Amino acid sequence: MTPEEQNFMRKINAEEKIEPKDWMPDAYRKNVIRQMSQHAHSEVIGMQPEGNWITRTPSLRRKVVLLSKVQDEAGHGLYLYSACETLGISRAEMIEALQKGTAKYASIFNYPTLTWGDVGAIGWLVDGAAIVNQVSLQRTSYGPYARGMIRICKEESFHQRQGYEALLVLAQGSPEQKQMAQDSLNRFYWPALMMFGPHDSESAHSAKSMEWKIKRETNDDLRQKFIDQTVPQIEFLGLEHPDSAIKWNEERGHYDHGDIDWEEFYSVINGNGHCNRQRIEHHVAAHEEGSWVRDAITAYNNKKNANKIKNVA
Amino acid sequence: MTTEKLELFEVFIRSKRGLDHKHVGSLHAEDHAQALEYARDCYTRRSEGVSIWVMKSNDICASQEDDAESFYDPSDDKPYRHATYYVLPDPVNNM
Repeated sequence: MTPEEQNFMRKINAEEKIEPKDWMPDAYRKNVIRQMSQHAHSEVIGMQPEGNWITRTPSLRRKVVLLSKVQDEAGHGLYLYSACETLGISRAEMIEALQKGTAKYASIFNYPTLTWGDVGAIGWLVDGAAIVNQVSLQRTSYGPYARGMIRICKEESFHQRQGYEALLVLAQGSPEQKQMAQDSLNRFYWPALMMFGPHDSESAHSAKSMEWKIKRETNDDLRQKFIDQTVPQIEFLGLEHPDSAIKWNEERGHYDHGDIDWEEFYSVINGNGHCNRQRIEHHVAAHEEGSWVRDAITAYNNKKNANKIKNVA
Repeated sequence: MTTEKLELFEVFIRSKRGLDHKHVGSLHAEDHAQALEYARDCYTRRSEGVSIWVMKSNDICASQEDDAESFYDPSDDKPYRHATYYVLPDPVNNM
Protein backbone atom coordinates (compact mmCIF):
# COMPACT_ATOMS: atom_id res chain seq x y z
CA MET A 1 0.00 0.00 0.00
CA THR A 2 1.15 3.51 -0.80
CA PRO A 3 1.30 6.03 2.08
CA GLU A 4 -1.88 7.64 0.68
CA GLU A 5 -3.73 4.33 0.73
CA GLN A 6 -2.51 3.63 4.23
CA ASN A 7 -3.72 7.00 5.44
CA PHE A 8 -7.08 6.47 3.73
CA MET A 9 -7.56 3.04 5.31
CA ARG A 10 -6.49 4.38 8.71
CA LYS A 11 -9.33 6.93 8.55
CA ILE A 12 -11.83 4.28 7.44
CA ASN A 13 -10.78 1.90 10.20
CA ALA A 14 -10.90 4.65 12.82
CA GLU A 15 -14.51 5.49 11.81
CA GLU A 16 -13.36 8.88 10.53
CA LYS A 17 -15.21 10.43 7.60
CA ILE A 18 -13.65 10.92 4.17
CA GLU A 19 -14.08 14.56 3.09
CA PRO A 20 -14.17 15.94 -0.49
CA LYS A 21 -10.56 17.13 -0.71
CA ASP A 22 -9.03 14.03 0.91
CA TRP A 23 -7.09 11.58 -1.18
CA MET A 24 -9.21 8.52 -1.98
CA PRO A 25 -8.79 5.50 -4.25
CA ASP A 26 -10.42 5.95 -7.67
CA ALA A 27 -12.59 2.92 -7.07
CA TYR A 28 -13.90 4.45 -3.82
CA ARG A 29 -14.76 7.68 -5.63
CA LYS A 30 -16.53 5.76 -8.41
CA ASN A 31 -18.39 3.58 -5.94
CA VAL A 32 -19.69 6.54 -3.91
CA ILE A 33 -20.65 8.42 -7.09
CA ARG A 34 -22.54 5.36 -8.33
CA GLN A 35 -24.44 4.88 -5.08
CA MET A 36 -25.12 8.57 -4.37
CA SER A 37 -26.22 9.47 -7.90
CA GLN A 38 -28.46 6.39 -8.00
CA HIS A 39 -29.96 7.57 -4.72
CA ALA A 40 -30.48 11.09 -6.13
CA HIS A 41 -32.10 9.72 -9.32
CA SER A 42 -34.46 7.63 -7.17
CA GLU A 43 -35.64 10.70 -5.27
CA VAL A 44 -36.32 12.55 -8.52
CA ILE A 45 -37.96 9.70 -10.49
CA GLY A 46 -39.88 8.79 -7.32
CA MET A 47 -41.88 11.99 -7.70
CA GLN A 48 -43.68 10.59 -10.75
CA PRO A 49 -45.80 7.73 -9.34
CA GLU A 50 -47.03 9.92 -6.48
CA GLY A 51 -47.33 13.06 -8.58
CA ASN A 52 -49.78 11.04 -10.65
CA TRP A 53 -52.34 11.41 -7.80
CA ILE A 54 -51.89 15.06 -6.78
CA THR A 55 -54.88 16.21 -8.85
CA ARG A 56 -57.07 13.31 -7.69
CA THR A 57 -56.61 13.05 -3.92
CA PRO A 58 -59.76 12.24 -1.92
CA SER A 59 -59.57 15.52 0.05
CA LEU A 60 -57.82 18.87 0.16
CA ARG A 61 -55.92 17.76 3.27
CA ARG A 62 -54.52 14.74 1.42
CA LYS A 63 -53.59 17.00 -1.49
CA VAL A 64 -51.47 19.42 0.54
CA VAL A 65 -49.81 16.49 2.33
CA LEU A 66 -48.96 14.78 -0.95
CA LEU A 67 -47.69 18.03 -2.46
CA SER A 68 -45.41 18.50 0.53
CA LYS A 69 -44.09 14.98 0.27
CA VAL A 70 -43.34 15.27 -3.45
CA GLN A 71 -41.68 18.64 -2.78
CA ASP A 72 -39.49 16.93 -0.17
CA GLU A 73 -38.39 14.31 -2.71
CA ALA A 74 -37.28 17.07 -5.11
CA GLY A 75 -35.33 18.69 -2.27
CA HIS A 76 -33.71 15.40 -1.32
CA GLY A 77 -32.66 14.82 -4.92
CA LEU A 78 -31.04 18.24 -4.86
CA TYR A 79 -29.13 17.59 -1.61
CA LEU A 80 -27.81 14.33 -3.02
CA TYR A 81 -26.82 15.69 -6.43
CA SER A 82 -24.97 18.55 -4.73
CA ALA A 83 -23.20 16.20 -2.32
CA CYS A 84 -22.24 13.98 -5.25
CA GLU A 85 -20.80 16.94 -7.15
CA THR A 86 -18.17 17.33 -4.39
CA LEU A 87 -16.57 14.21 -5.91
CA GLY A 88 -15.88 15.98 -9.19
CA ILE A 89 -18.79 14.83 -11.35
CA SER A 90 -21.10 17.47 -12.84
CA ARG A 91 -24.88 17.62 -12.54
CA ALA A 92 -25.15 17.46 -16.35
CA GLU A 93 -23.11 14.24 -16.48
CA MET A 94 -25.35 12.62 -13.87
CA ILE A 95 -28.57 13.65 -15.63
CA GLU A 96 -27.20 12.35 -18.92
CA ALA A 97 -26.33 9.00 -17.34
CA LEU A 98 -29.87 8.72 -15.97
CA GLN A 99 -31.49 9.58 -19.28
CA LYS A 100 -29.23 7.24 -21.26
CA GLY A 101 -29.87 4.43 -18.80
CA THR A 102 -26.25 3.94 -17.71
CA ALA A 103 -27.20 5.04 -14.18
CA LYS A 104 -30.00 3.27 -12.31
CA TYR A 105 -32.72 4.38 -9.94
CA ALA A 106 -34.76 2.34 -7.47
CA SER A 107 -36.72 -0.13 -9.58
CA ILE A 108 -39.81 0.24 -7.37
CA PHE A 109 -40.66 3.45 -9.20
CA ASN A 110 -41.24 1.48 -12.38
CA TYR A 111 -44.46 0.14 -10.88
CA PRO A 112 -47.65 2.09 -11.64
CA THR A 113 -49.87 3.78 -9.02
CA LEU A 114 -53.25 2.38 -10.04
CA THR A 115 -55.34 3.43 -7.03
CA TRP A 116 -55.35 5.96 -4.19
CA GLY A 117 -54.36 3.07 -1.91
CA ASP A 118 -51.05 2.86 -3.80
CA VAL A 119 -50.12 6.35 -2.62
CA GLY A 120 -50.60 5.20 0.98
CA ALA A 121 -48.65 2.01 0.30
CA ILE A 122 -45.75 3.97 -1.19
CA GLY A 123 -45.49 6.24 1.86
CA TRP A 124 -45.74 3.37 4.31
CA LEU A 125 -43.75 0.62 2.54
CA VAL A 126 -41.49 2.32 0.00
CA ASP A 127 -40.49 5.24 2.21
CA GLY A 128 -40.43 2.83 5.16
CA ALA A 129 -37.89 0.63 3.36
CA ALA A 130 -35.93 3.69 2.23
CA ILE A 131 -35.76 4.97 5.81
CA VAL A 132 -34.35 1.65 7.09
CA ASN A 133 -31.63 1.97 4.48
CA GLN A 134 -31.03 5.67 5.09
CA VAL A 135 -30.80 5.39 8.86
CA SER A 136 -27.96 2.95 8.28
CA LEU A 137 -26.34 5.32 5.76
CA GLN A 138 -26.15 8.12 8.34
CA ARG A 139 -22.93 6.31 9.32
CA THR A 140 -21.54 6.00 5.78
CA SER A 141 -17.85 6.87 5.43
CA TYR A 142 -18.23 9.73 2.92
CA GLY A 143 -18.84 12.90 4.99
CA PRO A 144 -21.18 14.86 2.67
CA TYR A 145 -23.30 11.73 2.09
CA ALA A 146 -23.59 11.01 5.83
CA ARG A 147 -24.59 14.59 6.62
CA GLY A 148 -27.13 14.57 3.77
CA MET A 149 -28.66 11.38 5.15
CA ILE A 150 -29.06 12.88 8.62
CA ARG A 151 -31.00 15.81 7.19
CA ILE A 152 -33.08 13.63 4.87
CA CYS A 153 -34.04 11.16 7.63
CA LYS A 154 -35.20 14.02 9.82
CA GLU A 155 -37.37 15.50 7.10
CA GLU A 156 -38.70 12.18 5.93
CA SER A 157 -40.14 11.03 9.21
CA PHE A 158 -43.57 12.27 8.15
CA HIS A 159 -43.60 10.43 4.83
CA GLN A 160 -44.11 6.99 6.27
CA ARG A 161 -46.64 8.14 8.86
CA GLN A 162 -48.88 9.94 6.36
CA GLY A 163 -48.90 6.84 4.13
CA TYR A 164 -49.79 4.49 6.95
CA GLU A 165 -52.47 6.89 8.16
CA ALA A 166 -54.05 6.97 4.68
CA LEU A 167 -54.11 3.16 4.53
CA LEU A 168 -55.48 2.94 8.06
CA VAL A 169 -58.48 5.05 7.01
CA LEU A 170 -59.06 2.77 4.00
CA ALA A 171 -58.63 -0.39 6.08
CA GLN A 172 -61.25 0.82 8.55
CA GLY A 173 -63.65 1.96 5.81
CA SER A 174 -66.15 0.10 3.61
CA PRO A 175 -65.40 -3.46 2.39
CA GLU A 176 -64.43 -1.98 -0.99
CA GLN A 177 -62.01 0.46 0.63
CA LYS A 178 -60.50 -2.29 2.76
CA GLN A 179 -60.08 -4.37 -0.39
CA MET A 180 -58.31 -1.44 -2.04
CA ALA A 181 -55.86 -1.27 0.88
CA GLN A 182 -55.26 -5.04 0.66
CA ASP A 183 -54.69 -4.85 -3.08
CA SER A 184 -52.12 -2.03 -2.70
CA LEU A 185 -50.33 -3.94 0.04
CA ASN A 186 -50.23 -7.06 -2.14
CA ARG A 187 -48.75 -5.20 -5.09
CA PHE A 188 -46.18 -3.10 -3.22
CA TYR A 189 -44.98 -5.49 -0.51
CA TRP A 190 -42.67 -7.65 -2.63
CA PRO A 191 -41.20 -4.82 -4.72
CA ALA A 192 -40.50 -3.00 -1.41
CA LEU A 193 -38.46 -6.02 -0.24
CA MET A 194 -36.54 -5.92 -3.52
CA MET A 195 -35.52 -2.33 -2.82
CA PHE A 196 -32.76 -3.63 -0.54
CA GLY A 197 -31.09 -5.22 -3.56
CA PRO A 198 -30.04 -8.79 -4.32
CA HIS A 199 -28.96 -11.27 -1.65
CA ASP A 200 -25.52 -10.50 -0.23
CA SER A 201 -24.07 -13.52 -2.04
CA GLU A 202 -25.28 -12.10 -5.39
CA SER A 203 -24.52 -8.43 -4.85
CA ALA A 204 -21.83 -7.11 -7.19
CA HIS A 205 -20.72 -4.12 -5.13
CA SER A 206 -21.43 -5.24 -1.57
CA ALA A 207 -18.09 -6.61 -0.34
CA LYS A 208 -15.98 -3.60 -1.28
CA SER A 209 -18.69 -1.16 -0.16
CA MET A 210 -18.76 -2.82 3.26
CA GLU A 211 -14.97 -2.81 3.57
CA TRP A 212 -14.89 0.91 2.77
CA LYS A 213 -17.87 1.51 5.05
CA ILE A 214 -19.86 3.13 2.25
CA LYS A 215 -22.52 0.59 3.18
CA ARG A 216 -22.79 -0.21 6.90
CA GLU A 217 -25.19 -3.15 6.89
CA THR A 218 -25.77 -5.84 4.29
CA ASN A 219 -28.79 -5.96 1.97
CA ASP A 220 -30.16 -9.04 3.72
CA ASP A 221 -29.77 -7.61 7.23
CA LEU A 222 -31.54 -4.39 6.29
CA ARG A 223 -34.29 -6.33 4.51
CA GLN A 224 -34.81 -8.52 7.60
CA LYS A 225 -35.16 -5.40 9.75
CA PHE A 226 -37.87 -4.10 7.42
CA ILE A 227 -39.70 -7.44 7.31
CA ASP A 228 -39.71 -7.62 11.11
CA GLN A 229 -41.01 -4.10 11.64
CA THR A 230 -43.74 -4.46 9.00
CA VAL A 231 -45.47 -7.58 10.39
CA PRO A 232 -47.19 -5.87 13.36
CA GLN A 233 -48.10 -2.90 11.14
CA ILE A 234 -49.94 -5.21 8.72
CA GLU A 235 -51.65 -6.95 11.64
CA PHE A 236 -52.84 -3.64 13.06
CA LEU A 237 -54.42 -2.72 9.73
CA GLY A 238 -56.32 -6.01 9.89
CA LEU A 239 -55.02 -6.99 6.45
CA GLU A 240 -53.73 -10.31 5.27
CA HIS A 241 -49.93 -10.64 5.02
CA PRO A 242 -48.92 -11.02 1.35
CA ASP A 243 -46.27 -13.59 2.32
CA SER A 244 -48.01 -16.80 3.38
CA ALA A 245 -44.67 -18.17 4.64
CA ILE A 246 -44.15 -15.41 7.19
CA LYS A 247 -43.47 -17.01 10.58
CA TRP A 248 -41.77 -15.94 13.81
CA ASN A 249 -38.53 -17.82 14.41
CA GLU A 250 -37.82 -17.84 18.14
CA GLU A 251 -34.28 -19.06 17.70
CA ARG A 252 -33.24 -16.36 15.24
CA GLY A 253 -35.33 -13.66 16.87
CA HIS A 254 -36.61 -12.73 13.41
CA TYR A 255 -39.45 -13.58 11.05
CA ASP A 256 -38.79 -16.28 8.48
CA HIS A 257 -40.16 -15.36 5.09
CA GLY A 258 -40.91 -16.73 1.63
CA ASP A 259 -38.68 -16.45 -1.44
CA ILE A 260 -38.45 -13.26 -3.39
CA ASP A 261 -39.10 -13.47 -7.14
CA TRP A 262 -35.66 -12.38 -8.34
CA GLU A 263 -36.58 -12.93 -11.95
CA GLU A 264 -39.08 -10.10 -11.62
CA PHE A 265 -36.43 -7.94 -9.92
CA TYR A 266 -33.88 -8.33 -12.73
CA SER A 267 -36.52 -8.00 -15.41
CA VAL A 268 -37.70 -4.64 -13.99
CA ILE A 269 -34.13 -3.41 -13.44
CA ASN A 270 -33.28 -4.28 -17.02
CA GLY A 271 -36.03 -2.10 -18.40
CA ASN A 272 -39.07 -4.35 -18.56
CA GLY A 273 -41.17 -2.99 -15.68
CA HIS A 274 -44.56 -1.46 -16.40
CA CYS A 275 -43.33 2.14 -16.46
CA ASN A 276 -39.57 2.17 -17.22
CA ARG A 277 -39.88 3.88 -20.59
CA GLN A 278 -42.60 6.26 -19.41
CA ARG A 279 -40.50 7.40 -16.41
CA ILE A 280 -37.46 8.30 -18.51
CA GLU A 281 -39.50 9.83 -21.33
CA HIS A 282 -41.24 12.05 -18.82
CA HIS A 283 -37.90 13.07 -17.27
CA VAL A 284 -36.43 13.94 -20.68
CA ALA A 285 -39.57 15.90 -21.66
CA ALA A 286 -39.56 17.88 -18.38
CA HIS A 287 -35.85 18.59 -18.78
CA GLU A 288 -36.31 19.83 -22.36
CA GLU A 289 -39.39 21.87 -21.54
CA GLY A 290 -37.37 23.62 -18.86
CA SER A 291 -34.50 24.53 -21.19
CA TRP A 292 -35.92 28.03 -21.87
CA VAL A 293 -35.42 28.87 -18.18
CA ARG A 294 -31.77 27.83 -18.32
CA ASP A 295 -31.31 29.71 -21.60
CA ALA A 296 -32.86 32.85 -20.10
CA ILE A 297 -30.53 32.70 -17.08
CA THR A 298 -27.50 32.38 -19.36
CA ALA A 299 -28.67 35.24 -21.59
CA TYR A 300 -29.31 37.45 -18.55
CA ASN A 301 -25.87 36.72 -17.11
CA ASN A 302 -24.17 37.45 -20.44
CA LYS A 303 -25.98 40.75 -20.70
CA LYS A 304 -25.12 41.71 -17.12
CA ASN A 305 -21.44 40.87 -17.63
CA ALA A 306 -21.35 42.80 -20.90
CA ASN A 307 -22.77 45.86 -19.11
CA LYS A 308 -20.19 45.53 -16.36
CA ILE A 309 -17.34 45.49 -18.88
CA LYS A 310 -18.86 48.51 -20.67
CA ASN A 311 -19.16 50.44 -17.41
CA VAL A 312 -15.57 49.66 -16.44
CA ALA A 313 -14.36 50.82 -19.84
CA MET B 1 0.50 49.55 6.87
CA THR B 2 -3.15 50.45 7.00
CA THR B 3 -5.86 47.85 7.43
CA GLU B 4 -8.40 50.02 5.64
CA LYS B 5 -7.46 48.65 2.26
CA LEU B 6 -7.62 45.07 3.42
CA GLU B 7 -10.67 43.00 2.69
CA LEU B 8 -12.91 41.34 5.23
CA PHE B 9 -13.01 37.53 5.21
CA GLU B 10 -15.39 35.17 7.02
CA VAL B 11 -13.86 32.11 8.68
CA PHE B 12 -15.45 28.65 8.97
CA ILE B 13 -13.91 25.79 10.92
CA ARG B 14 -14.56 22.06 10.90
CA SER B 15 -13.83 20.97 14.46
CA LYS B 16 -13.81 17.27 13.66
CA ARG B 17 -13.96 15.10 10.55
CA GLY B 18 -17.54 14.32 9.67
CA LEU B 19 -18.93 17.58 11.09
CA ASP B 20 -19.97 20.67 9.14
CA HIS B 21 -17.76 23.76 8.90
CA LYS B 22 -19.12 26.33 11.35
CA HIS B 23 -18.80 30.07 11.21
CA VAL B 24 -16.41 31.26 13.92
CA GLY B 25 -15.71 34.91 13.02
CA SER B 26 -13.99 37.15 10.53
CA LEU B 27 -10.68 38.90 9.88
CA HIS B 28 -8.91 41.30 7.53
CA ALA B 29 -6.45 39.97 5.00
CA GLU B 30 -4.78 40.83 1.72
CA ASP B 31 -5.93 37.68 -0.12
CA HIS B 32 -7.28 34.16 0.41
CA ALA B 33 -3.91 32.60 1.21
CA GLN B 34 -3.15 35.19 3.86
CA ALA B 35 -6.67 34.90 5.28
CA LEU B 36 -6.14 31.17 5.70
CA GLU B 37 -2.90 31.67 7.62
CA TYR B 38 -4.41 34.40 9.79
CA ALA B 39 -7.42 32.20 10.47
CA ARG B 40 -5.10 29.43 11.61
CA ASP B 41 -3.19 31.79 13.90
CA CYS B 42 -6.29 33.52 15.18
CA TYR B 43 -8.99 30.85 15.46
CA THR B 44 -7.17 27.53 15.94
CA ARG B 45 -4.55 28.37 18.56
CA ARG B 46 -5.82 25.46 20.66
CA SER B 47 -6.27 22.98 17.82
CA GLU B 48 -9.95 23.82 17.46
CA GLY B 49 -10.14 22.45 13.95
CA VAL B 50 -9.04 20.03 11.27
CA SER B 51 -10.12 22.19 8.32
CA ILE B 52 -10.61 25.91 7.66
CA TRP B 53 -12.66 27.69 4.99
CA VAL B 54 -12.29 31.40 4.29
CA MET B 55 -14.40 33.50 1.95
CA LYS B 56 -14.72 37.19 1.19
CA SER B 57 -17.53 38.72 3.25
CA ASN B 58 -18.60 40.68 0.18
CA ASP B 59 -19.32 37.42 -1.62
CA ILE B 60 -22.01 36.48 0.89
CA CYS B 61 -25.55 37.17 -0.21
CA ALA B 62 -27.73 37.17 2.90
CA SER B 63 -31.46 37.26 3.52
CA GLN B 64 -32.73 40.32 5.39
CA GLU B 65 -33.84 39.85 8.99
CA ASP B 66 -36.33 42.68 8.56
CA ASP B 67 -38.12 40.71 5.87
CA ALA B 68 -38.10 37.50 7.89
CA GLU B 69 -41.85 37.46 8.43
CA SER B 70 -42.87 37.54 4.79
CA PHE B 71 -39.79 35.58 3.69
CA TYR B 72 -40.58 32.53 5.81
CA ASP B 73 -44.35 32.70 6.17
CA PRO B 74 -45.02 30.17 3.39
CA SER B 75 -44.02 27.42 5.84
CA ASP B 76 -45.86 28.77 8.87
CA ASP B 77 -49.22 27.26 7.95
CA LYS B 78 -47.93 23.81 6.96
CA PRO B 79 -47.92 21.72 10.15
CA TYR B 80 -48.39 18.61 8.01
CA ARG B 81 -44.69 18.76 7.11
CA HIS B 82 -43.98 17.49 10.64
CA ALA B 83 -44.18 13.88 11.77
CA THR B 84 -46.07 14.82 14.95
CA TYR B 85 -49.02 16.01 12.84
CA TYR B 86 -49.99 12.39 12.14
CA VAL B 87 -51.58 10.77 15.17
CA LEU B 88 -51.20 7.01 15.08
CA PRO B 89 -52.43 4.48 17.67
CA ASP B 90 -49.81 3.32 20.20
CA PRO B 91 -49.12 -0.17 18.79
CA VAL B 92 -47.89 1.34 15.49
CA ASN B 93 -46.72 4.72 16.72
CA ASN B 94 -42.99 3.89 16.58
CA MET B 95 -42.58 4.68 12.88
